[in-house]
Amino acid sequence: MDWGFILTQTTTQAIGITAIIYILAAIGLNVQFGYAGLLNFGQVMFVAAGSYAVGVIVLTFDLSLWLSILVAIIVATALALLLGIPTLRLRADYLAIVTIAASELFRLSVRSIAFKDTLGGAQGLNGKLGQQFHDTNPLPADFQSLPVLSWTRQDLWVVIVGWLLIAAFTVLVWLLVRSPWGRVIKGIREDEDAVVSLGKNVFVYKMQALILGGIIAAFGGIVWAVAKQSVQPDTFQPDFTFFAYTILLLGGAARVFGPIVGGIIFWFLLAGTGEFLGQAIQAGWIDFLQATDVGNIRFMLMGAGLIALMVFRPQGIFGDRKELALDAR
Amino acid sequence: MLTRARGTAGALVLAVLTALGFAVLAVGPAHAADTVLVGSFTAPDGSPIPDVAVTVSNEDGFTETITSDAGGEFSAVLPGGGTYQIDLDVSTLPAGIALEKPEDESRSLLVLGGEKRILTKLVEGEGGGSGGGGFINVTGDQFLQLLFDGLLFGVMIALAALGLNLVFGTTGLTNFSHGDLVTLGAFTALLLNLVGVHLVIAAPIAVVFCAIVFGWGQNRVLWRPLRRRKTGLIAMMIISIGLAIVLRYSVALFFGAAPQTYKQYAGQSGISLGPVTATPKALILAVLAIITLVVVVIWVQRSRIGKATRAVSDNPALASATGIDVEKVISVVWIVSAGLAAFAGIYLGMTQNSVWNMGQRILLIIFASVILGGLGTVYGAIVGALVVGVFINMTSLIIPTEMKTVGALFVMIIILMIRPQGLLGRRERVG
Repeated sequence: MDWGFILTQTTTQAIGITAIIYILAAIGLNVQFGYAGLLNFGQVMFVAAGSYAVGVIVLTFDLSLWLSILVAIIVATALALLLGIPTLRLRADYLAIVTIAASELFRLSVRSIAFKDTLGGAQGLNGKLGQQFHDTNPLPADFQSLPVLSWTRQDLWVVIVGWLLIAAFTVLVWLLVRSPWGRVIKGIREDEDAVVSLGKNVFVYKMQALILGGIIAAFGGIVWAVAKQSVQPDTFQPDFTFFAYTILLLGGAARVFGPIVGGIIFWFLLAGTGEFLGQAIQAGWIDFLQATDVGNIRFMLMGAGLIALMVFRPQGIFGDRKELALDAR
Repeated sequence: MLTRARGTAGALVLAVLTALGFAVLAVGPAHAADTVLVGSFTAPDGSPIPDVAVTVSNEDGFTETITSDAGGEFSAVLPGGGTYQIDLDVSTLPAGIALEKPEDESRSLLVLGGEKRILTKLVEGEGGGSGGGGFINVTGDQFLQLLFDGLLFGVMIALAALGLNLVFGTTGLTNFSHGDLVTLGAFTALLLNLVGVHLVIAAPIAVVFCAIVFGWGQNRVLWRPLRRRKTGLIAMMIISIGLAIVLRYSVALFFGAAPQTYKQYAGQSGISLGPVTATPKALILAVLAIITLVVVVIWVQRSRIGKATRAVSDNPALASATGIDVEKVISVVWIVSAGLAAFAGIYLGMTQNSVWNMGQRILLIIFASVILGGLGTVYGAIVGALVVGVFINMTSLIIPTEMKTVGALFVMIIILMIRPQGLLGRRERVG
């Protein structure tokens, strides 16, 4: 059992590219669910929109990657409007069902054979999606690896920019929730009728929160497409949204640093269990499991963790129980 | 009215066993834990076509030639996922039968899991015709067949939807793990079946076991303590998501990811019922399901505990004040709900196959049904499920089969915009 290897692998994953993608999605959810109280279960749709914007602009139309960022923002805004207009007036449980349905609707549509020429069908879009970004890599060409964290030169550049994005959006959210706008959306979460009675257009505020959260998640999708150089429709399953919720609730919803703390801990635990179980099986410590079982066990533990979190500490690690009353009905 | 373009069209349905779709005639024999390609040939007049040769091959050197049996069915065990070349030997087709589109003679198919299904039309006469989208030229018989299949599928969904609605009505919980209760039902029966119990005996045992352990037990261990702690409904909804993930991946861990079929009744041929065909097992299951639904509806309407259930749905506090033991009612509702879900799972496992994420795949269809019919209503669940089942099948006439769930979800969103309480729901504030 190589504990050092387990630790470095786990740490690399805890702050790696996948963690960055999920943290960006969770920051978006924090705006929507944490502050505005919108139970959006379709967050993965915005991530997919960001990824597909890159794939379609760069691969299908052979245009600039930088243009695809603009397109991703526009598409995320349009999707938020489409999703929000029929659903934002609904009660929380209806909103949850409709948003999860919308995200599946989106996934099934983009993977459809009908749009195969543009969107690549079930195989998605694969190619040099992020080449323009990787060409800007300022790291020395003979860069090998950091002392402990095992990223390639290409991945490290994505990780650096990814964390800069997280920092930028965290500052943005911090500024927004301290502003009058932030007080209104928190007011909507606490008591919608009270905010209506103050003459505020609740629907518009909810829509703005949905759009902002959607755009932040779309940036997660952009990072995904650029880093993996591939857009696969079936990676955008509803489970993605649930993992993003777990991250948000773990760190603490309605806390600016909640998604970051939650994301790092979530991936540290998930990667750590995976690496540990994998090594233990290899070393012969556990003989009733196969190496292929590790993935399933990781997900089982994650589900159990989500249950335990909601039962014993719904406010998460840094959350304030008073701020987030999770029983609006 | 549907146009009748040319000849009567039959269908060759190729379906990988992982298909969610209700393949009309595609039923695989029992090759547990294998990737199996199944399909069948039916002449335009509905009779099966035996002795048609199909060659399945891939780039790794796997080649197998199979011929359809007396029931027109064929199946090939594949070494795993990947891209397969499927060649139909046209010379083995009977005289007067040809492919509608000649290019369908040879095609490649990516087998990964998930929904994968190809429909190739057979027509009378030599050679395929020109023009005409295959999906638009529908005969009256095909129309009826799709309607009938939709009803059979809708009855299965109704079983699951009714249980979901009963729990929602009495406790307010939107149970995201209800789909996984369906999966557990199918796999409990499969487990008994694998240790040697005949399916006819295994199925009722599985239903009772699931009703008690996953219904009564789940409520007792998880939901009742949470209600006592006054846990909010949104928190409970998120807990049900966590539970769904735990259950789903547990099934994957213990049973593997490959779709499995029961040892009995796996490869049945369809029988003709006037204009439509169906397998005997699907008909028997549908009749049993309809009886079950009627019994549950009468139980809710007439029996003492059923009336108490409706009272609790209306107003738990008032019901409690009139002497109804609310917790007892909720226990009974959970038992009925899990039992119905288990039945739905066995239904789905018998007519298609059992796979670890089968419940997750139909969960949104169940949700679409209950929202269409009215969340929390008993009749609404049944009506909604039948409408959604038929709708899903009928839309395959105009949109590709792989997109059929899209139509149902789209209709659900439209319904929420114009009539959020559903078709049969009471008008109350849902927004």
